[in-house]
Amino acid sequence: MNRLGVVLSSAVAAALLGCGEKPQSLDGSSSRKADEQAWAVSSTAEPAFAAKGWKATGDKAAWEQQIRQRGQAQNDYAR
Amino acid sequence: MARMKFICDAERCIECNGCVTACKAENNVPWGVNRRRVVTLDDGVAGEKSISVACMHCSDAPCMAVCPVDCFYRTDEGVVLHDKDVCIGCGYCSYACPFGAPQFPSNGEFGLRGKMDKCTFCAGGPEANGSEAENAKYGRNRLSEGKLPACAEMCSTKALLGGDGDVVAEIFRTRVLNRGKGSEVWGWGTAYGKPTQTSAIAAPLKK
Repeated sequence: MNRLGVVLSSAVAAALLGCGEKPQSLDGSSSRKADEQAWAVSSTAEPAFAAKGWKATGDKAAWEQQIRQRGQAQNDYAR
Repeated sequence: MARMKFICDAERCIECNGCVTACKAENNVPWGVNRRRVVTLDDGVAGEKSISVACMHCSDAPCMAVCPVDCFYRTDEGVVLHDKDVCIGCGYCSYACPFGAPQFPSNGEFGLRGKMDKCTFCAGGPEANGSEAENAKYGRNRLSEGKLPACAEMCSTKALLGGDGDVVAEIFRTRVLNRGKGSEVWGWGTAYGKPTQTSAIAAPLKK
């Protein structure tokens, strides 16, 4: 009788485990990874692929200047 | 701070699909997925117009708003990117996007839908810049190489402009003025029609 009670209570406890619920609301702590800045010096980047005459130095202003300059290459009125 | 934007000049686009090809080649985009495509209005009719369309990297992106797993993020340069390791491929973003930018690779007998893929403005994703992992999941990270998106830089007629929003807007404005056009294609006139007193309004006041 005692053994039956132990077995039954174990079975009930095991069944109730399935009723647990994980929180499903977004709390801002998404598992999304953080991205590197575009102007960051990256050890994984291949320097040979960098734009001609430009090198990533981690300087945001220099990168922005490079992007603006590169953008002007699309301006055929400025050639 | 630079804010990355695309502008497509419908007067210059010749529907060559060079931008589509450049994007696919540069980013190893799989069959069935087109991050960029050329849309033609009044196709086959005299005066047809084509524009190249991809993700517009919206300032208030609807894809980002509806994503149930919050996989989207916006970089400091205004590029909307997403984390494929978080994406569940539900497709909500594709319904929300007015430009049809989110694409889903399908494979297998039952058309299994994979993780969302879209234009990254050639800025990769949330992996180390220029890494193999980034290249495999998102394609080339040209911005970190000091370059602009391949589609814009490869455009033979320079119809598709990409880069710092202020720079490309100014280039487009210069073209419009050189064509003898004004606010009817540039400013408020796009909504209200060609102004009737352009020169009088534009001329500086004399004292």
